[in-house]
Parts: sequence; structure tokens; C-alpha cells
Amino acid sequence: MAERSFAREVEDLRLGAGDIFRGEGILAITKALLQSGVAYVGGYQGSPISHLMDVLADAKDVLDDLGVVFQSSANEAAAAAMLSASVMYPLRGAVAWKSTVGTNVASDALANLASGGVTGGTMIIVGEDYGEGSSIMQERTHAFAMKSQMWLLDPRPDHDCIVNLIEKGFELSECSNTPVMLEVRVRACHMHGSFACKDNVRPAYTIKDALNNPKRDVGRIVLPPAAYEHEQEKIKTRMPAAIGFIRDNKLNEWMGPKRGKVGIIMQGGMYNNVIRALQYLGLSDAYGNTQIPLYVMNVTYPVIDTEVAEFCLDKDAVLIVEEGQPEYLEQAINTVLRRKDIQARVHGKDVLPMGGDYTAQVLLGGVREFLEKTEPRLLGNRPPAPDAVPVLNHPAVEKLKQVVPARPPGLCTGCPERPIFAAMKLVEEELGEHHVSADIGCHLFSILPPFNIGATTMGFGLGPASTSAFNVKADKRSIAVMGDGGFWHNGLTSGIGNAVFNKHDGVFVIVDNFYTSATGGQDILSSRAVNKRRKTNNSIVQAVKGIGAQWVRQIDRTYDVGRMRDTLKEALTTKDEGPKVIVASSECMLNKQRRVKPQTSKAIKDGLRIVKERFGVDEDVCTGDHACIRLSGCPSLSVKQLDDPLRDDPVAAIDNSCVGCGNCGEVAEAAVLCPSFYRADVIHNPTRWDRFKSNIAMTVIGWLQRRRERRRPALEALT
Amino acid sequence: MRDETVRLALPAAGEATERPISIAILAMGGQGGGVLTDWIVQLAENHGWVAQSTSVPGVAQRTGATIYYIEAMPPLDGRKPILSLMPTPGDVDVVMAAEFMEAGRSILRGLVTPDRTTLIASNHRSFAIGEKIAPGDGIADNGAVRGAIGVAAKSEIIFDMNALAIAHGSVISAAMFGALAATGVLPFDRDSYLAVIRAGEKGAKASVDTFQAAFDRVRIGAPDVAAAPRPEKNKQSPSPAPFDPRLAKLLERLKHELPQPARDLAHAGLKKVVDFQDIAYGAEYLDILSGLHAADRSAGGADRGFAFTRMAAKYLANAMTYDDVIRVADLKTRSARRARIEGELELAQGQVLQTTEFMHPRMEEVMGVLPAGFGRWLETRPRLMGWLDRRVNKGRRVRTYSLPWFLALYVVGGLRGLRRRSRRHAIETAHRDEWLKAATESVRTNYQLGVEILQCRRLVKGYSDTHSRGLSKFDRTLAAITLVAQREDAADWARRLREAALKDGPGKQLDGVIQTIRSFAS
Repeated sequence: MAERSFAREVEDLRLGAGDIFRGEGILAITKALLQSGVAYVGGYQGSPISHLMDVLADAKDVLDDLGVVFQSSANEAAAAAMLSASVMYPLRGAVAWKSTVGTNVASDALANLASGGVTGGTMIIVGEDYGEGSSIMQERTHAFAMKSQMWLLDPRPDHDCIVNLIEKGFELSECSNTPVMLEVRVRACHMHGSFACKDNVRPAYTIKDALNNPKRDVGRIVLPPAAYEHEQEKIKTRMPAAIGFIRDNKLNEWMGPKRGKVGIIMQGGMYNNVIRALQYLGLSDAYGNTQIPLYVMNVTYPVIDTEVAEFCLDKDAVLIVEEGQPEYLEQAINTVLRRKDIQARVHGKDVLPMGGDYTAQVLLGGVREFLEKTEPRLLGNRPPAPDAVPVLNHPAVEKLKQVVPARPPGLCTGCPERPIFAAMKLVEEELGEHHVSADIGCHLFSILPPFNIGATTMGFGLGPASTSAFNVKADKRSIAVMGDGGFWHNGLTSGIGNAVFNKHDGVFVIVDNFYTSATGGQDILSSRAVNKRRKTNNSIVQAVKGIGAQWVRQIDRTYDVGRMRDTLKEALTTKDEGPKVIVASSECMLNKQRRVKPQTSKAIKDGLRIVKERFGVDEDVCTGDHACIRLSGCPSLSVKQLDDPLRDDPVAAIDNSCVGCGNCGEVAEAAVLCPSFYRADVIHNPTRWDRFKSNIAMTVIGWLQRRRERRRPALEALT
Repeated sequence: MRDETVRLALPAAGEATERPISIAILAMGGQGGGVLTDWIVQLAENHGWVAQSTSVPGVAQRTGATIYYIEAMPPLDGRKPILSLMPTPGDVDVVMAAEFMEAGRSILRGLVTPDRTTLIASNHRSFAIGEKIAPGDGIADNGAVRGAIGVAAKSEIIFDMNALAIAHGSVISAAMFGALAATGVLPFDRDSYLAVIRAGEKGAKASVDTFQAAFDRVRIGAPDVAAAPRPEKNKQSPSPAPFDPRLAKLLERLKHELPQPARDLAHAGLKKVVDFQDIAYGAEYLDILSGLHAADRSAGGADRGFAFTRMAAKYLANAMTYDDVIRVADLKTRSARRARIEGELELAQGQVLQTTEFMHPRMEEVMGVLPAGFGRWLETRPRLMGWLDRRVNKGRRVRTYSLPWFLALYVVGGLRGLRRRSRRHAIETAHRDEWLKAATESVRTNYQLGVEILQCRRLVKGYSDTHSRGLSKFDRTLAAITLVAQREDAADWARRLREAALKDGPGKQLDGVIQTIRSFAS
């Protein structure tokens, strides 16, 4: 069960000709796939395309009606390999993942796929996680397209354009027997917009047809001598076919005046921000009516030589707007122009930054510099462009820089991973610091305050593998952390299998929260939920034992900080050889709350006895040292200033977002911090016995309290 | 720039060169930033405008902050405007910040500029992790944000939208939507806003109420909602003890013996000390304080507003009311404590409350209560101590309001008769005397240094390990102060040491300052 339900949005997938779709970009993409008659879809979740996977998972009925097969792939390589269904059969298929990380994982399969070529249209939708808000290394998918020779679509951020390009992309793939990649940037994925729908199309040829009529052709398999022929085929047949199709169908767009001394060539994805920059310079209106000729490359690979030549022929200079590095397009266009001896000067990364987001502000600077160098008359009387610098230089604003605190992402309130890292901090205090390899997933936030644990992260599921060099006898052992998502993605073999085989003495912590939580809470093999369409509840412990691990401990309640700490300590000190595997399991709190909250409210409404737990801090017992926060970092554990002239420092306080997980109390107890934490249990709809017990106790307690209060000096008189 | 360029007249490209209305929303997870964004988009679309919103979801969910961005404008002759996917500094019409420091961040990002931007911000705080982990007071200064808003925003709407939303049973997004409607920046009337909210199914009524309240707050200046109204504490002392004449005497003494500027703090201090132990202990507090005041007077404190006496009144009270098991048990068993928790939980009629304490007593804590002589005797027998510690030293879940546990706590809380003869009291008193001696000696030669030494008491806090760490910081700080005591800027160094000690848990920054001092003072 994913973090967000798309039950309502799924209905939009049924819209037909004449309807207007309004919604998120990623949903528009999903709809476009159905309009293109795909026979199968798959992929691996990850921002920014997680919602695509979630929508498909929630859209079972729609997909069944159309006869479309949907797979939640084990990882991106599995998804890419799935596309082999289109090699021999006229099946249209699409897969999606986060790029470039997912493309890295998939690239073996992609290279094979691209070499043999495809019969049915295949589309790889890559969520280009580049720029502000990205969670990965800043690289471009462009290189993969070039090296394996797959066509790369980079549509303008506009629903109509994206949907049209997906439909055309399948045709392009089929006519050139080549897989096509569709690159969508983070903000375009989550962009709200609209487009005019078409009817969904049932696949003409289905997976079932293919299974019943198997075909094979050794010429499509990457084996010598076929592999050599594939290369020639790519150059002599597929590329020219693609170029012809792209040109004939006008996938790239010309905007603005036919002629001009200067022009701008851009990736489709840059179009909106370029228009805004031109608007600031007085060279376009808000509707894209520009005074400078634009060549918008909705297809960034291959480059269409003739189109580039035609655009540049009458120009003194062109600006290439290409986000990210290296500047592949700029190089390619330079080659085209030199070969054809066209004299237009090429500007690009000389006036625009080599790396980073091409925001409207950045483009404003780049385009202005380009025009100043080449055609300053266009800048005219220079209307004032937006400029925040004077405000930013004001002393009152300068002062803010020291004040506004960073707000790094962290683990959610009640996260079951927090007690694991609190336990690791406690072990660190006893046994000293260790080398810790972190991994991708929510648990990576342990590298940030307050935990500051984890030295490296090498790729999803590769935490354990990245300790493999540390396989020597020493005073300390390496610790590797990996999530259940990473474990099933590849960590079982690359991490645990590898450690077993090489007799690695290290400690391997598998953080199992029942979902791939960081990507939105999708089910995986070891999810404990019942999922009608998949087989869940497969044990991680059995898997690691099956692969040969001997020392395996399962902790089925991570909030038991003391046990967690003792188990870690044992793993770090035991004389047993081979990998020490700790599987620490508790349900992702975000998902649990989503699951349990409605049930609890309903039960209370129905008059059932329900105990609701919440934690609190006794403000007069707390001394304001905040050691508890340094060992926890729970968002609901905060501080508050008391109205007491004798106190300087704020005390700890728990706000009403507390979900009663118990971590703060467990930590206070295990770390012998202070006795100010308490758990408050409120019994809703108590039984008569509950009330009776409480009444008796509170009567006696009340009497005792009054007795002592009478003896206390009457301090009220002092106020 | 060339002159000819400047003189060129460049006509507008088309009919509409104006830009879309742009709105940036800075929010954190759980604040409904996504819902607010959808509302604004829907509002614009209902009027036939083209609206585009973007965000990077997921980041905010996990406690970080994120920006939702919306652009909207009417189409022209069927042509859609080309809308940007990110806000451009200096070109944002409305910035909505769902938290006060996020308002500050929006200014730092250049999104708020005086020629253009209406800033709608809630001035409540949700502290960042960096503000919470300091062992002292790490809370960022609201004043700096207020100052910056003054110079950056064209117009501003600032109030506690969170409290207003909670008071009306909704979330902050509804309050911000109301504030946006009230600004009139978007040319849509109030009813069209309400129609958007009402179209949603869940919680529409509470959202509408919150919207209206926020709208009225902005338009007609309706008064602010008090933050989270607390239910009246049910005073469970129907027969308060009669006013003790001995207390009255102490109050008289306080007025006679202490100067006006120190009286408020001394009053609070006296109350705390008596509450901790008894009236005689209060007298002891005043005795010591009077002595310190005498030193203050002879050091010329009158010219300095008796800062030394004031700080002594504050920190002496804190030193005398150290945290021991008796105090903890006493506080946990008071009726006011239960009333406070009931209020915080908004306990309803017919619900039953129980609390569980997470306690981890060690032999050290038990030793604290034992008579000083017996304690010393035990300390010389490590094997016996170890045996006892193994019995005592474990985590205990104490069900406060079950009779056996309450009785146990009640008995411990009543042990104050033993306190002044206890081992802990002896240690605390010796430590306190040494500190006061150092302060008194300093104040004679360097008044401010004396005051600073008193303030170092702030470093001692917490229980068990935390307490030892605090104590060690205190000792290291005082030791380092002696190194510079003869310098003119000694008080400055003392302040720097104290501030450094409050910056991080283990005291790395303190060590840094000490090293600096050693480099020139040894």
C-alpha cells in the first residue's frame, strides 16, 4: 500500500475523446501510454516517477479492461530486461524509473536491447532527477542515449506536447527499431496542467498472443557475428529512419520569426524558462510570441543535421541552452556547422553556467550576455528586469543569513528507524566510533544531525557491498546499513551473499520497515501487508539464512532501544566468524498511521475500548539540556520557553503530532538520561472495571495529595 | 551600454507583455501546502484562467521545507500563456510562508521584494533540529525576521495562522487561503474562494470556518486567537494550608535586606527553595543571599544596578534546588501535575488516564538520599556497591497512578526530612560554597567577572551522565576563568566560555575556547 492513494486520479485514466484531463504531469504521461496502446508496463519507483508506479498499481481495473500487463519490477535492470518482450513481437511496452541512478542499474539490459533492436515500440520514461530538490548525484541521462544509441525525447513542459510526443515516440521506435527514452524533469513530473484526451487504445497484439505464438531470430541476439551487424544496422538503417521520421513529423519546433541575425537552440525542457527570460528582456510576450527565432529540440538525440543547418544558415550567432554537463549538444552542433561550413558562431556554456539549474534568472543573465555580444540592438531600451540583489544586500536581510536555521530532511515522527540509530549512538559511546557504510533510503538521513552516522553511500542496496574491502582482522568491525528496499533490489546477493562467500566478519544491519518507504511506501517481497496481486510476507531472515548467513538476529520491535543496543554490541564483539546480520523490523510509521488512524477513529466512534498513547515531558523535571533530542531528533520532540524567570534554557516538550511510538522514553531509559518522560495512556470508552479501578486509585491518591499539600507551606501567598 | 542602444524604442512584443500572477508557498510536511496549492489552481481555473503549479514532493514530508509554486493568468484569444516552473527572485507577487523562519528563508531566496511582493506569513515557530539540539537556548531570533520583512515586503500579513487554524479545528492551509482572499491580490471574490473549499469533501466545514476567521482577521482586524487555550486547572487543594507566619517573616526580610532590582528574582528564588525543602531552607537562602549582597555593595554594585545580587538570587536558588530522587518523586505525585497533563491531553469526560514513567535509577541516586556518613562508608566498599547497583540499576516502567507505584513515589517524595543530612546534600553544598567563594572574590576586583562566574551555574543541569557532563563543563569553565582572572577582559572570556559550553553536547566548542586561552595565558 503506497503512501498516497490515487483511487480518484485513476478515474481520469478512463477519460476519452472530447474530455479535458487536468492534473499532474506524471498522470498525463500514464494516460498517454494508454492512448498509445501499450501492451505492458513496468518499472521501479523513485522520485520523480513514483506516482506513475503508484497510479498504475491503483489502476488495476483500468489496465485489466484494456488488457495491459503491469509489473512492479524488482529493480531497474529487471524493468529494462522486461522490454525484451518487444524484441520479437509487435508489442508496445513502457517502463519507468528515476534517472540517472536507475539508468545506471538498467544499463546492461538497455545496451543489449538497443543492440538487437526492437519490433514493437518501446519507451523508457526517465524521471530526470536533476537540479534543486534532487536527491542524487548530478548527472545526465543524455550519455546513455548516445552510447547505446536510443532516441532521447525531451518535450517542452506542457501536457499537450508531452502526450503527443509519447504517442509519436512509439511510432518513432517502431519505424527505426530502436528503444526511445522520454526524459521528464522533476518539476514537469509534478506540474499541474491540462490536455485534450483521446480514447484509450487496446493493444492490437497482446502478451497472450505472443506467448501462444513464440518467435525467435538469432539475428536479434547480441552474439557475434550478429553484434557487429547490429552496429552497422544502427548506423546505416535505424539512425536514418529515425531522422526521417523526426523531420517528417516535425517533432522539433520552430518558433518566432523566420529570420533573424541571432537565434536560440534549446532542449525542449528548457522552453518555458527561456520564454520567461525573453519576456524579462522585452523580447517575448507571456504567450510565447517571441522576437527571436527559436529551435526547440523536443528530440535531443539524434541531432537532426539538416534542421540545425537550416536554422543556423542565415544567422551570425546562435545560443545553445542545454542544462547540465558536459555540453553534448553544443559539441554536436559545432560539428554539424563545421562539417557544413556554416559560419554562425556558437555560444552556450560560455555565457551560461556549466552546471546547475537553468532557472529563468540564470537564463536571463545568459541570454542577455549572448545578445550583448552578438546583437545588442535587440536589447533596446532595456526594461528593468527583476532583481532581488538590492534587497538581499540590505543589512537587515544580510543579518538573516546568520539567523534562519537549516531544515535538513530527517526521519518522520515515530519513525521505527530512529531507535536503531539512537542505539548505534549509545554503542558508539561505549565502543567508540566505527566505520559505517550507509545506503540509499530514509535511513540515509542518519548521516545528518542529530545522529551523524554513516561515512559513505555507494548506491541503492550497496551499503553492505561497500564495506567489503574492510574484511581484515582488526580491533573494530565495519558496520553496514541497508534497507529492505535495497535488500531486495540487489543487496541480498551483492551484500549478504558477497559477505558470506568472502567470510566477511562485519556487521550488517537490515532496516526492515515493510515497504520501500523513501519512494512512497510501495510493497516489496517482505511487506507484511496482504496484497492480492502480489506475494508478500517473504522473510528477510529466511533469505539471508538461505544464502548462508549463520549469525542472524531478528528484532521485531525496533523501539526496544536497550535490546537493539545490546544486539549491536554483541554483533560487534562476538567471536563468531562470518557476517553478523541484524534484521531490525518495525512498520514505517507514515504508512502505519495511514492504515491505523481511520481504524482507531472508527473504533472509538463505535464505542470500542481503545487505548491511545502519547508521550509527554514533565516541564518542571526537565532541566533543558536536550540530550534526549540529540539522541532522537523526533520532529514532535521540540523545545519550549517556560515563563519562569529563574530558567534560562527552554525545556523539552512533545507536541500533539506525537504518535506514541515510545522512542523518547526508551532512549531516556536506556541512556539513563532523565526521568522527565512519561507515556500517557488515555482509555477511550473504558470498561466499568477500568473506571472502577481508576476511581479507587484516584480517591486514595487524591487523599494522599491533599494530605501533603496541607503540610506544604502556602506558597500561593508568596505570589 | 552603447548610447544608440539606450535610445532604441522597442515596442512590446505582443498585446500582453504583463506577466502571470505568481505565488510561492513555503511549507513543511503536514502543513497542507499541497492542498493550498490545489485550491489556488482550482480557483484560477474556475475563472477560466490557465494555472500551473509545480513542487518537489517528498522533501517536505520528511520534515524538510519545500516550495510550491503557482503561476496563473487568463488565456489570450485561445492561446495559453507559457508559465515558468520555478519562482524567479524579484518576480513573485505573493509569498505564503507557513512558518516564521520559512518567511525569513523566502526573503533570503530573494522571493520577497519591495516593488512587488505581498508576504503572507504565520509567525508561529516550528523549531529546526539545529535549534533544538543545543544544550542551551539555540532558538533563532524572531526579531531578525521581523526586521527583514520590514525592508523586503511591499505589504505584509503576519499573524499566528496556526493557532487560528487549530482554534477552528483545521490546518494552517485554510487560514492562509483566507488571508490570501483578504489581500485581494487575485481578482476573485470571497465566494469563489469558499466554493473551492466547499468542493472538497473532508473537513470542509472546519476549513470554511478557518478561512472566514482568517479573512476577518485581515479585513476587519478581528482580534488574535490566544494560542491553544488551556482548560482551567482544577485546583485540587480545597483546604489550602493557612498562611505560615514564618513565611511572612522571610518576606519581610527579603524586602529589608535586598535592593529593589533583585527583589523579583529573590522572590521567585525563595519560593522555589521553600517548595524544594522547607521554610528553614528558605531562611538559609536569604542568609546566603544577604551575604552576597553585602559583597556586592562593597564592590560598588549600587552603580551597576546590583547585577551581582540579581544573578545570585537567581542562580543560588537553582543551585540549592538540585535534582534528586526526592524532588522528582515529589513533582511526579503532585495533583497539579496530573491536572496539567489532563489539560494538555484535553481529557474528556468518561476517559481514563494513566501515565507510565520511564525511570532508570542507579545506585548513585540511592546513595544521594542516604545519610552522609553511611554514604561515605558504602563508597569505600566497591564490591557491596556493585552488588547493590546490580539490584537497583535497571530501567523501570512506573505506572504513576496505580496504587503500589504511587505509594512508592509518594514515600520517596516525602523523604525531604532526610535530605539535609544526605551525602548528596553535603556534596552539593561544598560545590556551591566553592562557586560562591570564587564569585565573591572576583567581584571585589572585577565586578563583571563576579557576575559572569555566578551565571556559570547555568551549565549544571540534567541527571546522571548528563549531570556529570554539565558539572564537568562547569568545572572546566571555572578553571579556565582562573587562568585569565587577572586580565582586564576576563569577564569577556568568562562569557565566551559559558556560551561555548552551551553550544554542543560533548563540549567541543568549550574545549576550543579553553585551548585559545591556554595559548596566551599559560
